[in-house]
Amino acid sequence: MIEIVNLHASVDGQAILKGINLTMGAGEVHAMMGPNGSGKSTLSNVIAGREDYEITKGDILFNGESILELAPEERAHLGLFLSFQYPVEIPGVSVSNFIKTALNEMRKARGEEPLDASSMLKKMREKMDLLEMDKGFLSRSLNEGFSGGEKKRNEIFQMAMLEPKLAILDETDSGLDIDALRIVANGVNALRSSENAFMVITHYQRLLDYIVPDYVHVLLNGKIVKSGDKSLALELEERGYDWIKKEQA
Amino acid sequence: MSEQDQILNEVTTSEYKYGFYTDVESDKVPPGLNEDVIRLISAKKNEPEWMTEWRLDAYKIWQSMAEPEWANVTYTKPDFQAISYYSAPKKKQVNSLDEVDPELLKTFEKLGISLDEQKRLSGVAMDVVVDSVSVATTFKKTLAEKGIIFCSMSEAIQNHPELVKKYLGTVVPKTDNFYAALNSAVFTDGSFCYIPKGVRCPMELSTYFRINESGTGQFERTLVVADASSYVSYLEGCTAPQRDENQLHAAVVELIAMDDAEIKYSTVQNWFPGDAEGKGGVFNFVTKRGICERNAKISWTQVETGSAVTWKYPSCILKGDNSVGEFYSVAVTNNYQQADTGTKMIHLGKNTKSTIVSKGISAGHSHNSYRGLVRMGPRAVNARNFSQCDSLLMGDRCGAHTFPYIEVKHPSARMEHEATTSKIGEDQIFYCQQRGLGMEEAIALIVNGYCKDVLNQLPMEFAVEAQKLLAISLEGSVG
Ligand SMILES: Nc1ncnc2c1ncn2[C@@H]1O[C@H](COP(=O)(O)OP(=O)(O)O)[C@@H](O)[C@H]1O
Ligand SMILES: [Mg+2]
Repeated sequence: MIEIVNLHASVDGQAILKGINLTMGAGEVHAMMGPNGSGKSTLSNVIAGREDYEITKGDILFNGESILELAPEERAHLGLFLSFQYPVEIPGVSVSNFIKTALNEMRKARGEEPLDASSMLKKMREKMDLLEMDKGFLSRSLNEGFSGGEKKRNEIFQMAMLEPKLAILDETDSGLDIDALRIVANGVNALRSSENAFMVITHYQRLLDYIVPDYVHVLLNGKIVKSGDKSLALELEERGYDWIKKEQA
Repeated sequence: MSEQDQILNEVTTSEYKYGFYTDVESDKVPPGLNEDVIRLISAKKNEPEWMTEWRLDAYKIWQSMAEPEWANVTYTKPDFQAISYYSAPKKKQVNSLDEVDPELLKTFEKLGISLDEQKRLSGVAMDVVVDSVSVATTFKKTLAEKGIIFCSMSEAIQNHPELVKKYLGTVVPKTDNFYAALNSAVFTDGSFCYIPKGVRCPMELSTYFRINESGTGQFERTLVVADASSYVSYLEGCTAPQRDENQLHAAVVELIAMDDAEIKYSTVQNWFPGDAEGKGGVFNFVTKRGICERNAKISWTQVETGSAVTWKYPSCILKGDNSVGEFYSVAVTNNYQQADTGTKMIHLGKNTKSTIVSKGISAGHSHNSYRGLVRMGPRAVNARNFSQCDSLLMGDRCGAHTFPYIEVKHPSARMEHEATTSKIGEDQIFYCQQRGLGMEEAIALIVNGYCKDVLNQLPMEFAVEAQKLLAISLEGSVG
């Protein structure tokens, strides 16, 4: 599905990603862990095509093709989704209007007709039920005045609506209470299939209790320094990152 | 729901969409302004003597005035002697659409104005002004049954002289300002509307203005009189064909809301703004004012996307006790456009209330100024005002300016003023792009959200048009 090859990226001349290598296949869930500032959000932004970053070396292949030259929306049209660590507010734009616009843009890019109003509404209801969301949610202004948990749930709602091939969840669990965490995880699991893949960025094992990863990676100082199976996450939970830092030193 | 998609679909070309020119033979007065020209205009329109005198008086006043310079705009002043003050399509006075010049009908089609059944079913009556003379008016009959008069100003002068004589110039006197004086002297047409006592106008009244003749100034005169306890919603929409030279437009709109009456006046303005280098475009110097008697309400809503230079302050004189004035405005400037716009709320009566919501959007090298006055007179016990003035900047070469003026003469008066300036965020755009929206779609969505409080005030079909215009006029403004 996605292949990241020796990826180097910098901001304002300062190197942040220093040679990332990662391959994710369809049907897989990868957990990405690592201390604050190690480059996890940068990696997700670079994959999604944010302009602030300069790719100094390496490549990102999506289904075998480089996506480095594609605009963010073109990557989205390929089925790439990023659940933002800090979702932005768009005042005056309702959740329903936003997601409707987004979904229809995706359909247009695939040469499909826009979804008619009743199918659209039905789909929204279905996904909202899945995520145990309140109906009033749809008419609220996008992320404006949302609590941290509501913002994250809204991200997963959008993911559920757009049904991406590769979803990157950047600390979606931060700010969620335990019930919300379970609901969000259920939402992700409902979407899991042999056709799609997830990169779950998190600091906490508790999310991985629900969304069980096939692989766990540790990102440190712009590099993946350790990879393993789900037991690695448990070990990190117990021992923290210091021992890995020492290994590196 | 699909309307939004349609809007997004249409955000694809960046040329001025309505930049075309209809080749209709016209009856045109040679350029220049003097008493003879005014007499000629008046004669061509077969006006009564009092009207001719009224114009001549205005002309004298105008001659003694200087063009105002206080607005935050710079432009080459028009040469008033190089303008032709009258132009009328040669084939006029039509009884049905079949008699209208086919070229003209094509123009209407391009503009999306349909004078056909469709529009009738949607309940819009229109008085279409093409270069100064109304060529088609629909729906008069339905309106007439209710005693509503909705016709061109020329017709009103012929058929309802007592009303015109009584109200014309009572809200915007000839002496008001330079452009109002000029308009009073040379106005060629416009709309007249009278709603009798206790009548609720059953449909939105709509006028489409167009400037269609090369080098022709356009001086509309609009007068809306809502008699006691009546209601009317009036729509004004403008488009102009693309022109290389600057075109002057100096309209005057007067609204009179008598006791317990309500007038809702909505404008979507999309005159040619000039090209990307700032060449050409319409000069839009408009005087709009309404007067509210007891318990009356006047609501101005405007979406201004066009014109090279805009000078416009739709105002309310809250004369009667408990009267209400509202001003909802979106003003977009892109490229080299300049807008100095806002409102005046003059509180004279007790318990008068006013609301001002202004959303300025500047892009390119443009300058966008909000200029507002809230005056609470010595009799305005318990007067209230709420003002919200927001500016949105796109890019860093444009300017947003706010000039709020406040005069309070009664201690019980209360005002609230909020102002914000924000930049359209790269974060917001990236977020939208990540969800599959292109840059232009993202901007259109964010801007429409930002303007929602104003767009919500517009009648539905107008709101859709306004959203399109916002999107179109901001094309190419970022990235
Ligand atoms: N746009 C940016 N401008 C400047 N520095 C940045 C930017 N984005 C990230 N960084 C820096 O890159 C490093 C990695 O940040 P980030 O990717 O957010 O880490 P993480 O998500 O793992 O906590 C940090 O030192 C951060 O300050
Ligand atoms: Mg992060």
